Amino acid sequence: MMNRTTMIITLSKDIMHIIKDQDVVPFRNRVKECAVRIKMGLVNQTKLITAASELGRNMLKYANGGETLIEIVTKGRDNGVRLTFKDKGPGISDISLAMKDGYSTGKSLGLGLPGAKRLVNEFEIKSEAGKGTTVVVIKWANG
Amino acid sequence: MEKIPILKMGPFLLVTIQVDLYDRLALSLEADLVQMVNKTSAKGVLIDISAVSIVDSFMGRIFGNIAAMCKILDAETVVVGMQPAVAITLIELGLPLTGVHTALDVEKGMKLLNLKVEVEADDNDEPDDDDHHAV
Repeated sequence: MMNRTTMIITLSKDIMHIIKDQDVVPFRNRVKECAVRIKMGLVNQTKLITAASELGRNMLKYANGGETLIEIVTKGRDNGVRLTFKDKGPGISDISLAMKDGYSTGKSLGLGLPGAKRLVNEFEIKSEAGKGTTVVVIKWANG
Repeated sequence: MEKIPILKMGPFLLVTIQVDLYDRLALSLEADLVQMVNKTSAKGVLIDISAVSIVDSFMGRIFGNIAAMCKILDAETVVVGMQPAVAITLIELGLPLTGVHTALDVEKGMKLLNLKVEVEADDNDEPDDDDHHAV
């Protein structure tokens, strides 16, 4: 995992804030633009944008919003979109529990995190109670 | 605030979602639709999502809620026009949309609604004559 991440080069970088409900729409559009730019297929595009929507909502719901980083990355011949969701919310005390299907502290279906993970190629979550949560996902164009 | 228009067409309500949905918009659609079903005593609701490029777990849940609420109010719900990529994504996400009727396009959706309402009408009315309206 470690040497794989070091091989990844960032080609473009974009920061967007999600602080209210409607912000998710332009954010999804920006993600789509990046996916189209690296010629990602429609199904993978849809999966990526759906994952982005889930993770953006999580940030809004549990941390009152946060910052997102949208990057086009490359590793050799493979291009991809990397999304980083960083919030200063309460954090997740038990990540393995939060990654379980059907688990939710809110009144949702509990599909957000595990569902988003299934829709992307690489998924990394870091959280510290009281400090916040950071989620990084990558979807490769041919992934 | 934006609103998604709800059209009345005979005994049915027709909703075509042409904009990008965000959570509050989806919630207000849910509330408006259920109220309209009550007000117009509609027997069916048809939701066209052919212009919707993504459905995430929240919107999927809203569709399920709408179907369940309308069912209690004696109306059937059909979701039509789902893009193939959206269907693939929904299943992978883990949301099989159980309880929601679906059809490929508006025409087939209307046929399905007509059929469902007709079957119900047949169940309620005594089978007096065989003047069923063939669809």
